[in-house]
Amino acid sequence: MDTEFINSIEEDHINAHTLKPQLWVELHADHLFKYAYRRINDEEVARDLVQETFLAALEKVSTFKGDSTERTWLTAIIKYKLIDLYRKKARTTNRIQQSANEDDFFDPDLNNWKKEHWPAPFGIEDQDPLNNNEFKQVLQQCLQKLPALWMSVFTMKHVDEEVTDTICKELRISSSNFWVIIHRAKVNLRSCLQKNWI
Amino acid sequence: MKKELKTDLEKIAYNCRKATYLIEKKQDEELTNREKLELKIHLAGCYICRVYETQSVLINAMVKNLFASDQVKELKLDDDYKDRLKKTIEDKIRHT
Repeated sequence: MDTEFINSIEEDHINAHTLKPQLWVELHADHLFKYAYRRINDEEVARDLVQETFLAALEKVSTFKGDSTERTWLTAIIKYKLIDLYRKKARTTNRIQQSANEDDFFDPDLNNWKKEHWPAPFGIEDQDPLNNNEFKQVLQQCLQKLPALWMSVFTMKHVDEEVTDTICKELRISSSNFWVIIHRAKVNLRSCLQKNWI
Repeated sequence: MKKELKTDLEKIAYNCRKATYLIEKKQDEELTNREKLELKIHLAGCYICRVYETQSVLINAMVKNLFASDQVKELKLDDDYKDRLKKTIEDKIRHT
């Protein structure tokens, strides 16, 4: 009896969070836009996702329990929309890309680097590369060339700093497939940097 | 047994595909002792994969930095789009 009573008080306290859809655009639109943009690198798609998120949220207002803030709740919705998008894109691009890139960089028998793909120093390794704006631009262009699934795996890993298990579960891939994707993404990304920088 | 190990290790000395794979994996989780040994042997003899490793670590740091940069911090939706979005939301509230 006592614990029930305490729980209900605690619930009342937590339920202090309420939704004010009229203010969503002012309070959260930019935040959600940035959240999406960081992960897909496409302004148009990010914008659409913000709208979709608000509309989906309106439909779900009755399910909001008030145990998180409005912003956390909306961010969770856009996150699921993003994962959904990743999965859709993965289905269409994955198969084509996998076969095309399989043996490009390494010798199919010996597994060593093909000579034309030997990594060479960028020449900026010692010169504060993190603040080299031209290099950053090349990096951004190269990131955009990655297939959608690789890009999502890569950003979930390195931008969101999600643990590998979570990424695998959310994108429905096996952990060995996860490492294969990370490896391919990185080998391709590195090669693109070398081609466009040096 | 010993002989097999030797040829395996000889194989790893040439296997840049596996070495670069392990370089990626290593940046996220601890390798098994076997994997550590393989990578160590490979890198000792492979200058190209040592270049790869330096660059791989650098790329991870740069990607993180890129997405956290000011460019993204200042990114905003334009006002027109926001106004339209507000109207869409208000319409929807009215109709439900």
